[in-house]
Amino acid sequence: MAQTLAETIKEITRKHLEENNGIILGQCLSAVGWVNNTVPDTKNIIELPMTDIAGAGIAAGLAITGRRPIFVIRFQDFMFLNSSTLVNYTAKAKEIFNISVPVFIRALATEGNGTGPVHSAVLHSIFMHMPGFKVCSPMTPGEYTQVWDEFMKSDGPIYVSEHRKSFNQTDEIPDIISPDADITIYGISTARFSAIQAIETLKQEGIKCNFVNILWLKPLDLTEKLTMPLMKSGIGLVVDTDFEIAGASQSIAYELMKKTNKYVEALGAEDRSVGTAQRYENGTPSPEKIITKIKELIEIRKNSNCG
Amino acid sequence: MEYYNTQANDTKLEIFKKMCHIRAFEKQVKKSYDTHDIKCPVYLSIGQEATSATISTIFKPDLIFTQHRGHAYYLSFGGNKDKIIDELLGRDSGCNKGKGGSPGIQDLNIGMIGHHGLIGENVPLAVGATLGDSTKKTLCVFGDGAAEEDYVFTAMAFAQTHKLPILFICEDNDLSILTKKQVRRNWELTDALKAIGMPTANIPDDPELITPYIKEFINKLPAFINCKTCRHLWHVGTGQDGTPQTDRLEEYKQKLLEIGYELEQLQEIEKQKLTEAEVLWRKHLQRQ
Repeated sequence: MAQTLAETIKEITRKHLEENNGIILGQCLSAVGWVNNTVPDTKNIIELPMTDIAGAGIAAGLAITGRRPIFVIRFQDFMFLNSSTLVNYTAKAKEIFNISVPVFIRALATEGNGTGPVHSAVLHSIFMHMPGFKVCSPMTPGEYTQVWDEFMKSDGPIYVSEHRKSFNQTDEIPDIISPDADITIYGISTARFSAIQAIETLKQEGIKCNFVNILWLKPLDLTEKLTMPLMKSGIGLVVDTDFEIAGASQSIAYELMKKTNKYVEALGAEDRSVGTAQRYENGTPSPEKIITKIKELIEIRKNSNCG
Repeated sequence: MEYYNTQANDTKLEIFKKMCHIRAFEKQVKKSYDTHDIKCPVYLSIGQEATSATISTIFKPDLIFTQHRGHAYYLSFGGNKDKIIDELLGRDSGCNKGKGGSPGIQDLNIGMIGHHGLIGENVPLAVGATLGDSTKKTLCVFGDGAAEEDYVFTAMAFAQTHKLPILFICEDNDLSILTKKQVRRNWELTDALKAIGMPTANIPDDPELITPYIKEFINKLPAFINCKTCRHLWHVGTGQDGTPQTDRLEEYKQKLLEIGYELEQLQEIEKQKLTEAEVLWRKHLQRQ
Protein backbone atom coordinates (compact mmCIF):
# COMPACT_ATOMS: atom_id res chain seq x y z
CA MET A 1 0.00 0.00 0.00
CA ALA A 2 1.26 3.47 -0.82
CA GLN A 3 2.63 5.56 2.02
CA THR A 4 0.45 8.34 3.37
CA LEU A 5 1.74 11.85 4.02
CA ALA A 6 1.56 11.22 7.78
CA GLU A 7 3.66 8.06 7.40
CA THR A 8 6.14 9.95 5.25
CA ILE A 9 6.55 12.66 7.91
CA LYS A 10 7.02 9.99 10.55
CA GLU A 11 9.70 8.18 8.55
CA ILE A 12 11.61 11.34 7.69
CA THR A 13 11.51 12.28 11.36
CA ARG A 14 12.61 8.83 12.53
CA LYS A 15 15.61 8.88 10.24
CA HIS A 16 16.55 12.38 11.36
CA LEU A 17 16.34 11.51 15.06
CA GLU A 18 18.04 8.13 14.82
CA GLU A 19 20.66 8.71 12.14
CA ASN A 20 21.42 12.45 12.01
CA ASN A 21 21.51 13.24 15.74
CA GLY A 22 18.53 15.41 14.88
CA ILE A 23 16.01 16.52 17.46
CA ILE A 24 12.29 17.20 17.62
CA LEU A 25 10.57 19.42 20.17
CA GLY A 26 7.07 20.54 20.86
CA GLN A 27 4.20 20.25 23.29
CA CYS A 28 2.40 16.94 23.91
CA LEU A 29 4.34 15.15 21.18
CA SER A 30 4.01 11.75 22.80
CA ALA A 31 0.45 12.28 24.00
CA VAL A 32 -2.61 10.73 22.40
CA GLY A 33 -1.95 10.07 18.74
CA TRP A 34 1.67 11.30 18.56
CA VAL A 35 0.63 14.42 16.62
CA ASN A 36 -1.71 12.58 14.29
CA ASN A 37 0.75 9.73 14.07
CA THR A 38 3.48 11.83 12.49
CA VAL A 39 6.00 11.50 15.35
CA PRO A 40 7.89 8.23 15.92
CA ASP A 41 8.49 6.78 19.37
CA THR A 42 12.26 6.96 19.43
CA LYS A 43 15.18 8.96 20.88
CA ASN A 44 15.89 12.70 20.70
CA ILE A 45 12.34 13.79 21.43
CA ILE A 46 12.02 16.82 23.69
CA GLU A 47 8.68 17.33 25.36
CA LEU A 48 8.41 21.05 25.95
CA PRO A 49 6.47 22.36 28.91
CA MET A 50 3.51 24.53 27.88
CA THR A 51 5.84 27.33 26.93
CA ASP A 52 5.11 28.76 23.54
CA ILE A 53 7.44 31.74 23.68
CA ALA A 54 10.49 30.17 25.34
CA GLY A 55 9.95 27.00 23.29
CA ALA A 56 10.68 28.80 20.04
CA GLY A 57 13.87 30.24 21.55
CA ILE A 58 14.97 26.80 22.69
CA ALA A 59 14.39 25.51 19.15
CA ALA A 60 16.56 28.31 17.77
CA GLY A 61 19.29 27.59 20.32
CA LEU A 62 19.29 23.93 19.28
CA ALA A 63 19.68 25.00 15.68
CA ILE A 64 22.75 27.08 16.53
CA THR A 65 24.48 23.91 17.71
CA GLY A 66 23.70 22.08 14.46
CA ARG A 67 20.90 19.80 15.64
CA ARG A 68 18.52 20.91 12.85
CA PRO A 69 15.47 20.81 15.12
CA ILE A 70 11.97 19.95 14.00
CA PHE A 71 9.76 22.35 15.94
CA VAL A 72 6.16 21.20 16.12
CA ILE A 73 3.34 23.70 16.54
CA ARG A 74 0.12 21.74 16.75
CA PHE A 75 -2.09 24.64 15.75
CA GLN A 76 -0.89 27.43 13.50
CA ASP A 77 -2.78 29.97 15.63
CA PHE A 78 -0.13 29.37 18.31
CA MET A 79 2.44 30.89 15.97
CA PHE A 80 1.58 34.32 17.29
CA LEU A 81 3.05 33.31 20.65
CA ASN A 82 5.94 31.42 19.10
CA SER A 83 6.88 34.00 16.51
CA SER A 84 9.12 36.43 18.32
CA THR A 85 12.37 34.47 18.39
CA LEU A 86 11.59 32.86 15.04
CA VAL A 87 10.98 36.18 13.30
CA ASN A 88 13.47 38.31 15.20
CA TYR A 89 16.41 35.96 15.60
CA THR A 90 16.07 32.71 13.68
CA ALA A 91 15.10 34.26 10.36
CA LYS A 92 17.56 37.16 10.67
CA ALA A 93 20.60 35.38 12.09
CA LYS A 94 22.18 34.43 8.78
CA GLU A 95 21.93 37.92 7.37
CA ILE A 96 22.88 39.86 10.50
CA PHE A 97 25.21 37.49 12.39
CA ASN A 98 26.28 35.07 9.66
CA ILE A 99 25.05 32.22 11.85
CA SER A 100 23.02 29.32 10.50
CA VAL A 101 19.83 28.72 12.49
CA PRO A 102 17.92 26.08 10.51
CA VAL A 103 14.62 25.28 12.21
CA PHE A 104 12.02 23.09 10.49
CA ILE A 105 8.79 24.66 11.70
CA ARG A 106 5.95 22.15 11.40
CA ALA A 107 2.93 24.42 11.67
CA LEU A 108 -0.16 22.24 11.66
CA ALA A 109 -3.65 23.37 10.80
CA THR A 110 -7.06 21.87 11.14
CA GLU A 111 -10.58 23.06 10.48
CA GLY A 112 -14.18 22.12 11.08
CA ASN A 113 -15.60 20.09 13.97
CA GLY A 114 -16.03 23.21 16.06
CA THR A 115 -12.33 24.01 16.28
CA GLY A 116 -13.39 27.63 16.64
CA PRO A 117 -11.60 30.98 16.63
CA VAL A 118 -8.07 30.08 17.80
CA HIS A 119 -7.40 26.51 16.61
CA SER A 120 -8.47 26.66 13.00
CA ALA A 121 -6.24 29.05 11.06
CA VAL A 122 -3.68 28.62 8.32
CA LEU A 123 -1.16 31.43 8.71
CA HIS A 124 1.66 30.95 6.23
CA SER A 125 1.11 34.38 4.70
CA ILE A 126 2.41 36.20 7.78
CA PHE A 127 5.72 34.40 7.47
CA MET A 128 6.00 35.20 3.77
CA HIS A 129 5.87 38.83 4.86
CA MET A 130 8.93 38.55 7.10
CA PRO A 131 12.47 38.37 5.70
CA GLY A 132 14.49 35.21 6.18
CA PHE A 133 11.83 32.51 5.95
CA LYS A 134 11.29 29.94 3.26
CA VAL A 135 7.58 29.14 3.25
CA CYS A 136 5.85 26.12 1.76
CA SER A 137 2.70 24.07 2.05
CA PRO A 138 3.29 20.41 1.12
CA MET A 139 0.20 18.28 0.66
CA THR A 140 1.71 15.03 -0.67
CA PRO A 141 4.44 12.55 0.36
CA GLY A 142 6.64 13.56 -2.58
CA GLU A 143 6.31 17.25 -1.83
CA TYR A 144 7.14 16.71 1.83
CA THR A 145 10.28 14.78 0.92
CA GLN A 146 11.30 17.60 -1.41
CA VAL A 147 10.77 20.16 1.35
CA TRP A 148 12.83 18.08 3.80
CA ASP A 149 15.70 17.78 1.32
CA GLU A 150 15.65 21.55 0.91
CA PHE A 151 15.71 22.00 4.69
CA MET A 152 18.78 19.83 5.08
CA LYS A 153 20.61 22.23 2.74
CA SER A 154 19.24 25.40 4.33
CA ASP A 155 20.90 27.89 6.67
CA GLY A 156 17.65 29.30 8.00
CA PRO A 157 14.12 28.44 9.06
CA ILE A 158 11.52 26.83 6.83
CA TYR A 159 7.87 27.43 7.64
CA VAL A 160 6.05 24.25 6.69
CA SER A 161 2.33 24.99 6.57
CA GLU A 162 0.74 21.59 7.15
CA HIS A 163 -2.93 20.71 7.23
CA ARG A 164 -4.41 17.66 8.89
CA LYS A 165 -6.83 17.25 5.99
CA SER A 166 -3.90 16.16 3.83
CA PHE A 167 -2.35 13.59 6.21
CA ASN A 168 -4.01 10.60 4.50
CA GLN A 169 -2.93 11.74 1.05
CA THR A 170 -0.97 9.03 -0.78
CA ASP A 171 -0.88 10.30 -4.37
CA GLU A 172 0.99 13.19 -5.90
CA ILE A 173 -1.16 15.95 -7.39
CA PRO A 174 -0.36 16.56 -11.04
CA ASP A 175 -0.85 19.89 -12.81
CA ILE A 176 -3.66 19.90 -15.37
CA ILE A 177 -2.82 21.83 -18.52
CA SER A 178 -4.82 22.07 -21.73
CA PRO A 179 -4.01 24.35 -24.65
CA ASP A 180 -7.52 25.76 -24.87
CA ALA A 181 -8.31 26.24 -21.17
CA ASP A 182 -10.63 29.09 -20.19
CA ILE A 183 -8.77 29.93 -17.00
CA THR A 184 -5.73 28.87 -14.93
CA ILE A 185 -6.28 27.95 -11.28
CA TYR A 186 -3.32 28.08 -8.89
CA GLY A 187 -3.78 26.02 -5.75
CA ILE A 188 -2.18 26.41 -2.31
CA SER A 189 -2.58 24.17 0.76
CA THR A 190 -5.88 22.28 1.05
CA ALA A 191 -7.51 24.70 -1.37
CA ARG A 192 -5.85 22.49 -3.96
CA PHE A 193 -8.20 19.62 -3.10
CA SER A 194 -11.33 21.73 -3.41
CA ALA A 195 -10.02 23.41 -6.56
CA ILE A 196 -9.60 20.02 -8.22
CA GLN A 197 -13.17 19.07 -7.30
CA ALA A 198 -14.38 22.39 -8.70
CA ILE A 199 -12.47 21.82 -11.93
CA GLU A 200 -14.01 18.34 -12.34
CA THR A 201 -17.50 19.76 -11.96
CA LEU A 202 -16.84 22.62 -14.38
CA LYS A 203 -15.43 20.20 -16.93
CA GLN A 204 -18.83 18.54 -17.10
CA GLU A 205 -20.31 21.96 -17.81
CA GLY A 206 -17.86 22.53 -20.65
CA ILE A 207 -15.57 24.96 -18.80
CA LYS A 208 -11.93 24.00 -19.12
CA CYS A 209 -9.50 24.93 -16.36
CA ASN A 210 -5.76 24.61 -16.07
CA PHE A 211 -4.57 23.65 -12.61
CA VAL A 212 -1.13 24.50 -11.26
CA ASN A 213 0.18 23.38 -7.85
CA ILE A 214 2.06 25.89 -5.75
CA LEU A 215 4.25 24.17 -3.17
CA TRP A 216 6.77 26.97 -2.44
CA LEU A 217 5.15 30.24 -1.50
CA LYS A 218 8.46 31.90 -0.73
CA PRO A 219 10.70 32.12 -2.56
CA LEU A 220 8.14 32.08 -5.34
CA ASP A 221 9.81 30.80 -8.46
CA LEU A 222 7.88 32.30 -11.38
CA THR A 223 9.01 29.73 -13.91
CA GLU A 224 7.27 28.98 -17.19
CA LYS A 225 5.54 26.12 -15.40
CA LEU A 226 3.58 28.82 -13.60
CA THR A 227 3.35 31.52 -16.24
CA MET A 228 2.82 29.66 -19.53
CA PRO A 229 -0.63 28.24 -18.71
CA LEU A 230 -1.74 31.74 -17.72
CA MET A 231 -0.30 33.28 -20.88
CA LYS A 232 -2.49 30.93 -22.87
CA SER A 233 -5.68 31.00 -20.78
CA GLY A 234 -5.47 34.76 -20.34
CA ILE A 235 -7.03 34.82 -16.92
CA GLY A 236 -6.16 33.25 -13.57
CA LEU A 237 -7.24 32.61 -10.00
CA VAL A 238 -5.08 31.80 -6.96
CA VAL A 239 -6.91 29.82 -4.28
CA ASP A 240 -5.59 29.38 -0.75
CA THR A 241 -6.74 28.23 2.68
CA ASP A 242 -5.13 31.16 4.51
CA PHE A 243 -6.93 34.50 4.71
CA GLU A 244 -7.29 36.22 1.38
CA ILE A 245 -6.75 39.79 2.58
CA ALA A 246 -3.06 40.69 2.41
CA GLY A 247 -2.39 36.97 2.11
CA ALA A 248 -0.50 34.49 -0.07
CA SER A 249 -3.29 34.31 -2.65
CA GLN A 250 -3.37 38.07 -3.20
CA SER A 251 0.39 38.38 -3.17
CA ILE A 252 0.95 35.58 -5.67
CA ALA A 253 -1.89 36.83 -7.89
CA TYR A 254 -0.12 40.18 -7.98
CA GLU A 255 3.24 38.59 -8.86
CA LEU A 256 1.65 36.54 -11.64
CA MET A 257 -0.14 39.58 -13.06
CA LYS A 258 3.04 41.63 -12.99
CA LYS A 259 4.99 38.89 -14.72
CA THR A 260 2.43 38.01 -17.42
CA ASN A 261 0.30 41.14 -17.80
CA LYS A 262 -2.75 38.84 -17.51
CA TYR A 263 -5.61 39.34 -15.08
CA VAL A 264 -5.44 37.22 -11.90
CA GLU A 265 -7.66 37.28 -8.83
CA ALA A 266 -7.36 35.69 -5.40
CA LEU A 267 -9.65 33.57 -3.26
CA GLY A 268 -8.91 32.57 0.32
CA ALA A 269 -10.54 32.50 3.72
CA GLU A 270 -12.90 35.38 4.44
CA ASP A 271 -11.97 38.37 6.60
CA ARG A 272 -13.87 37.22 9.70
CA SER A 273 -13.32 35.12 12.82
CA VAL A 274 -14.31 31.48 12.99
CA GLY A 275 -17.12 30.49 15.37
CA THR A 276 -17.49 27.01 16.75
CA ALA A 277 -20.94 26.24 15.29
CA GLN A 278 -20.75 24.83 11.78
CA ARG A 279 -22.43 27.82 10.15
CA TYR A 280 -19.57 30.07 11.37
CA GLU A 281 -16.74 28.06 9.81
CA ASN A 282 -14.30 29.88 7.55
CA GLY A 283 -11.78 27.41 6.23
CA THR A 284 -10.68 26.09 2.88
CA PRO A 285 -12.79 27.68 0.12
CA SER A 286 -15.39 25.08 -0.90
CA PRO A 287 -15.59 23.71 -4.47
CA GLU A 288 -18.90 25.57 -4.83
CA LYS A 289 -17.33 28.85 -3.85
CA ILE A 290 -14.43 28.30 -6.25
CA ILE A 291 -16.87 27.44 -9.06
CA THR A 292 -18.80 30.65 -8.48
CA LYS A 293 -15.60 32.66 -8.54
CA ILE A 294 -14.34 30.99 -11.72
CA LYS A 295 -17.60 31.66 -13.51
CA GLU A 296 -17.52 35.26 -12.36
CA LEU A 297 -14.00 35.69 -13.73
CA ILE A 298 -14.84 34.12 -17.05
CA GLU A 299 -17.80 36.49 -17.29
CA ILE A 300 -15.54 39.47 -16.53
CA ARG A 301 -13.21 38.43 -19.28
CA LYS A 302 -16.00 38.06 -21.79
CA ASN A 303 -17.24 41.55 -21.01
CA SER A 304 -13.92 43.34 -20.80
CA ASN A 305 -11.71 41.50 -23.24
CA CYS A 306 -9.02 41.46 -20.60
CA GLY A 307 -6.19 39.05 -21.24
CA MET B 1 32.58 39.74 55.49
CA GLU B 2 33.10 36.01 55.38
CA TYR B 3 33.79 35.95 51.68
CA TYR B 4 36.59 38.47 51.66
CA ASN B 5 40.12 37.47 50.82
CA THR B 6 39.06 34.39 48.91
CA GLN B 7 40.95 35.47 45.82
CA ALA B 8 44.60 35.02 45.20
CA ASN B 9 46.26 38.42 44.90
CA ASP B 10 47.19 38.01 41.25
CA THR B 11 43.50 37.28 40.51
CA LYS B 12 42.46 40.47 42.26
CA LEU B 13 44.87 42.46 40.14
CA GLU B 14 43.71 40.70 37.00
CA ILE B 15 40.09 41.66 37.77
CA PHE B 16 41.14 45.25 38.45
CA LYS B 17 43.01 45.39 35.13
CA LYS B 18 39.98 44.11 33.25
CA MET B 19 37.69 46.61 34.96
CA CYS B 20 40.07 49.43 34.03
CA HIS B 21 40.28 48.14 30.49
CA ILE B 22 36.49 48.10 30.09
CA ARG B 23 36.14 51.57 31.65
CA ALA B 24 38.82 52.99 29.36
CA PHE B 25 37.34 51.35 26.26
CA GLU B 26 33.83 52.54 27.05
CA LYS B 27 35.08 56.08 27.63
CA GLN B 28 36.41 56.00 24.09
CA VAL B 29 33.06 54.73 22.82
CA LYS B 30 31.40 57.64 24.62
CA LYS B 31 33.85 60.08 23.10
CA SER B 32 33.29 58.77 19.56
CA TYR B 33 29.54 58.76 20.09
CA ASP B 34 29.61 62.34 21.32
CA THR B 35 31.61 63.41 18.27
CA HIS B 36 29.13 61.52 16.02
CA ASP B 37 31.80 59.19 14.69
CA ILE B 38 29.55 56.44 16.08
CA LYS B 39 26.10 56.85 14.57
CA CYS B 40 24.31 53.84 16.03
CA PRO B 41 22.76 53.59 19.52
CA VAL B 42 25.28 52.42 22.13
CA TYR B 43 24.66 50.56 25.40
CA LEU B 44 27.58 51.27 27.66
CA SER B 45 28.92 49.17 30.53
CA ILE B 46 30.42 52.06 32.51
CA GLY B 47 29.76 51.32 36.19
CA GLN B 48 28.94 47.66 35.45
CA GLU B 49 32.46 46.41 34.77
CA ALA B 50 32.91 44.20 37.83
CA THR B 51 30.70 41.22 37.02
CA SER B 52 32.19 40.30 33.65
CA ALA B 53 35.73 41.10 34.82
CA THR B 54 35.30 38.71 37.76
CA ILE B 55 33.48 35.88 35.99
CA SER B 56 35.89 35.81 33.06
CA THR B 57 38.82 35.46 35.43
CA ILE B 58 37.37 32.30 36.96
CA PHE B 59 34.94 30.67 34.53
CA LYS B 60 35.72 29.70 30.93
CA PRO B 61 32.41 28.98 29.20
CA ASP B 62 32.19 27.45 25.72
CA LEU B 63 29.24 29.63 24.79
CA ILE B 64 28.37 33.16 25.91
CA PHE B 65 24.92 34.68 25.42
CA THR B 66 24.71 38.28 26.57
CA GLN B 67 22.16 40.92 25.70
CA HIS B 68 22.32 44.52 24.53
CA ARG B 69 24.74 45.78 27.23
CA GLY B 70 27.44 43.34 26.29
CA HIS B 71 30.64 45.30 25.62
CA ALA B 72 32.07 44.40 29.02
CA TYR B 73 31.65 40.66 28.37
CA TYR B 74 33.06 40.88 24.88
CA LEU B 75 36.15 42.64 26.22
CA SER B 76 36.53 40.59 29.41
CA PHE B 77 36.48 37.29 27.53
CA GLY B 78 38.95 38.51 24.94
CA GLY B 79 36.75 39.37 21.96
CA ASN B 80 38.51 40.96 19.00
CA LYS B 81 38.86 44.66 19.83
CA ASP B 82 39.37 45.85 16.26
CA LYS B 83 36.14 44.18 15.19
CA ILE B 84 34.00 45.68 17.96
CA ILE B 85 35.33 49.16 17.20
CA ASP B 86 34.60 48.77 13.49
CA GLU B 87 31.17 47.36 14.27
CA LEU B 88 30.33 50.43 16.34
CA LEU B 89 31.65 52.60 13.50
CA GLY B 90 29.30 50.75 11.13
CA ARG B 91 32.04 49.36 8.93
CA ASP B 92 32.16 46.20 6.82
CA SER B 93 35.19 45.15 8.86
CA GLY B 94 33.06 45.06 12.03
CA CYS B 95 32.23 41.78 13.74
CA ASN B 96 28.80 41.80 12.02
CA LYS B 97 29.71 44.08 9.11
CA GLY B 98 27.92 46.92 10.84
CA LYS B 99 24.60 45.08 10.82
CA GLY B 100 24.37 44.23 14.52
CA GLY B 101 25.71 47.39 16.18
CA SER B 102 26.28 47.68 19.92
CA PRO B 103 23.81 44.96 21.08
CA GLY B 104 24.87 42.53 18.37
CA ILE B 105 28.60 42.31 19.07
CA GLN B 106 29.71 38.76 18.49
CA ASP B 107 32.96 36.82 18.42
CA LEU B 108 32.64 33.11 17.74
CA ASN B 109 36.30 32.61 18.67
CA ILE B 110 35.30 33.18 22.30
CA GLY B 111 31.91 31.49 21.81
CA MET B 112 30.03 34.76 22.10
CA ILE B 113 26.77 34.86 20.15
CA GLY B 114 25.42 38.26 19.13
CA HIS B 115 22.20 39.59 20.57
CA HIS B 116 19.47 40.88 18.29
CA GLY B 117 18.20 43.45 20.77
CA LEU B 118 15.11 41.90 22.36
CA ILE B 119 15.83 41.67 26.05
CA GLY B 120 15.87 38.20 27.55
CA GLU B 121 15.46 36.30 24.29
CA ASN B 122 19.09 35.29 24.71
CA VAL B 123 17.98 33.14 27.67
CA PRO B 124 15.92 30.52 25.75
CA LEU B 125 18.56 30.65 23.01
CA ALA B 126 21.27 29.83 25.55
CA VAL B 127 19.12 27.06 27.00
CA GLY B 128 18.48 25.55 23.56
CA ALA B 129 22.15 25.73 22.57
CA THR B 130 23.19 23.98 25.77
CA LEU B 131 20.49 21.36 25.33
CA GLY B 132 21.90 20.77 21.85
CA ASP B 133 25.34 20.01 23.22
CA SER B 134 25.45 19.64 26.98
CA THR B 135 29.15 18.79 26.98
CA LYS B 136 29.55 22.54 26.65
CA LYS B 137 29.22 25.03 29.49
CA THR B 138 27.36 28.25 28.88
CA LEU B 139 27.27 31.71 30.36
CA CYS B 140 24.02 33.60 29.95
CA VAL B 141 23.70 37.23 31.01
CA PHE B 142 20.68 39.51 31.18
CA GLY B 143 19.37 42.49 33.12
CA ASP B 144 16.73 43.07 35.78
CA GLY B 145 14.29 44.21 33.10
CA ALA B 146 14.75 41.02 31.09
CA ALA B 147 14.24 39.02 34.30
CA GLU B 148 10.60 40.06 34.04
CA GLU B 149 10.09 38.80 30.49
CA ASP B 150 7.72 35.82 30.55
CA TYR B 151 10.05 33.49 28.73
CA VAL B 152 13.10 34.08 30.93
CA PHE B 153 11.92 32.25 34.04
CA THR B 154 10.37 29.52 31.88
CA ALA B 155 13.59 28.94 29.99
CA MET B 156 15.62 28.90 33.21
CA ALA B 157 13.17 26.45 34.73
CA PHE B 158 13.59 24.26 31.64
CA ALA B 159 17.37 24.37 32.22
CA GLN B 160 16.75 23.28 35.80
CA THR B 161 14.49 20.41 34.66
CA HIS B 162 17.11 19.16 32.20
CA LYS B 163 20.12 20.00 34.45
CA LEU B 164 21.82 22.04 31.76
CA PRO B 165 25.27 23.43 32.59
CA ILE B 166 24.49 27.14 32.37
CA LEU B 167 25.60 29.94 34.65
CA PHE B 168 22.88 32.60 34.57
CA ILE B 169 23.83 36.12 35.59
CA CYS B 170 21.49 39.05 36.07
CA GLU B 171 23.19 42.43 36.03
CA ASP B 172 20.63 44.12 38.23
CA ASN B 173 21.09 47.89 37.88
CA ASP B 174 17.61 48.45 39.34
CA LEU B 175 16.53 50.30 36.24
CA SER B 176 14.48 49.55 33.17
CA ILE B 177 15.36 52.67 31.17
CA LEU B 178 14.64 54.86 34.23
CA THR B 179 11.85 52.90 35.94
CA LYS B 180 13.03 51.44 39.22
CA LYS B 181 12.56 47.79 40.07
CA GLN B 182 10.33 48.48 43.08
CA VAL B 183 7.84 50.25 40.82
CA ARG B 184 7.72 47.24 38.51
CA ARG B 185 7.60 44.27 40.87
CA ASN B 186 7.72 43.06 44.46
CA TRP B 187 9.64 39.83 43.92
CA GLU B 188 13.19 38.67 43.33
CA LEU B 189 14.10 36.20 40.61
CA THR B 190 16.47 34.50 43.03
CA ASP B 191 13.52 33.59 45.29
CA ALA B 192 11.53 32.19 42.39
CA LEU B 193 14.45 30.07 41.20
CA LYS B 194 15.37 28.93 44.69
CA ALA B 195 11.83 27.58 44.94
CA ILE B 196 12.46 25.27 41.98
CA GLY B 197 15.76 24.07 43.37
CA MET B 198 18.29 26.15 41.50
CA PRO B 199 21.37 27.37 43.42
CA THR B 200 21.11 31.17 43.63
CA ALA B 201 22.76 34.22 45.14
CA ASN B 202 21.57 37.81 45.36
CA ILE B 203 24.63 39.97 46.00
CA PRO B 204 26.29 43.29 45.15
CA ASP B 205 28.68 43.19 42.18
CA ASP B 206 31.72 43.26 44.43
CA PRO B 207 34.32 40.93 42.86
CA GLU B 208 35.18 39.48 46.24
CA LEU B 209 31.57 38.53 46.84
CA ILE B 210 31.00 37.19 43.36
CA THR B 211 34.15 35.06 43.28
CA PRO B 212 33.26 32.38 45.85
CA TYR B 213 29.79 31.93 44.39
CA ILE B 214 31.17 31.44 40.88
CA LYS B 215 33.70 28.91 42.21
CA GLU B 216 30.96 27.03 44.03
CA PHE B 217 28.27 27.22 41.35
CA ILE B 218 30.31 26.18 38.32
CA ASN B 219 30.32 22.70 39.79
CA LYS B 220 26.56 22.55 40.21
CA LEU B 221 25.08 24.18 37.17
CA PRO B 222 22.56 25.43 36.32
CA ALA B 223 22.86 28.26 38.81
CA PHE B 224 21.90 31.90 39.02
CA ILE B 225 23.54 34.99 40.50
CA ASN B 226 21.75 38.31 40.69
CA CYS B 227 24.49 40.95 40.85
CA LYS B 228 23.33 44.36 42.04
CA THR B 229 25.19 46.99 40.10
CA CYS B 230 25.08 50.68 39.20
CA ARG B 231 24.77 51.89 35.63
CA HIS B 232 26.48 55.27 35.34
CA LEU B 233 25.05 56.46 32.04
CA TRP B 234 21.68 56.33 30.36
CA HIS B 235 20.14 53.08 29.18
CA VAL B 236 21.17 54.03 25.66
CA GLY B 237 23.63 56.69 24.59
CA THR B 238 26.06 58.62 26.73
CA GLY B 239 23.88 60.90 28.84
CA GLN B 240 24.06 60.99 32.62
CA ASP B 241 21.58 61.95 35.33
CA GLY B 242 23.70 63.25 38.20
CA THR B 243 26.47 61.52 40.08
CA PRO B 244 26.19 57.71 40.23
CA GLN B 245 25.31 56.31 43.65
CA THR B 246 28.29 54.01 43.62
CA ASP B 247 31.38 53.42 41.56
CA ARG B 248 32.45 49.79 41.96
CA LEU B 249 35.75 50.38 40.20
CA GLU B 250 36.69 53.10 42.66
CA GLU B 251 35.53 50.98 45.62
CA TYR B 252 37.49 47.98 44.42
CA LYS B 253 40.56 50.14 44.03
CA GLN B 254 40.21 51.29 47.64
CA LYS B 255 39.94 47.67 48.76
CA LEU B 256 43.09 46.78 46.92
CA LEU B 257 44.84 49.66 48.64
CA GLU B 258 43.57 48.44 52.01
CA ILE B 259 45.12 45.03 51.48
CA GLY B 260 48.46 46.46 50.56
CA TYR B 261 48.58 47.34 46.89
CA GLU B 262 50.47 50.53 46.08
CA LEU B 263 48.52 53.50 44.81
CA GLU B 264 51.15 54.17 42.17
CA GLN B 265 50.82 50.64 40.79
CA LEU B 266 47.04 50.91 40.49
CA GLN B 267 47.19 54.38 38.99
CA GLU B 268 49.76 53.14 36.50
CA ILE B 269 47.35 50.37 35.42
CA GLU B 270 44.52 52.87 34.99
CA LYS B 271 46.74 55.18 32.99
CA GLN B 272 48.07 52.38 30.83
CA LYS B 273 44.55 51.12 29.99
CA LEU B 274 43.39 54.63 29.12
CA THR B 275 46.35 55.15 26.82
CA GLU B 276 45.92 51.76 25.13
CA ALA B 277 42.25 52.43 24.44
CA GLU B 278 42.94 55.93 23.17
CA VAL B 279 45.68 54.75 20.80
CA LEU B 280 43.52 51.90 19.52
CA TRP B 281 40.49 54.09 18.88
CA ARG B 282 42.58 56.80 17.26
CA LYS B 283 44.04 54.23 14.88
CA HIS B 284 40.54 53.15 13.79
CA LEU B 285 39.11 56.66 13.59
CA GLN B 286 41.98 57.82 11.42
CA ARG B 287 41.32 54.98 9.01
CA GLN B 288 38.13 56.62 7.71
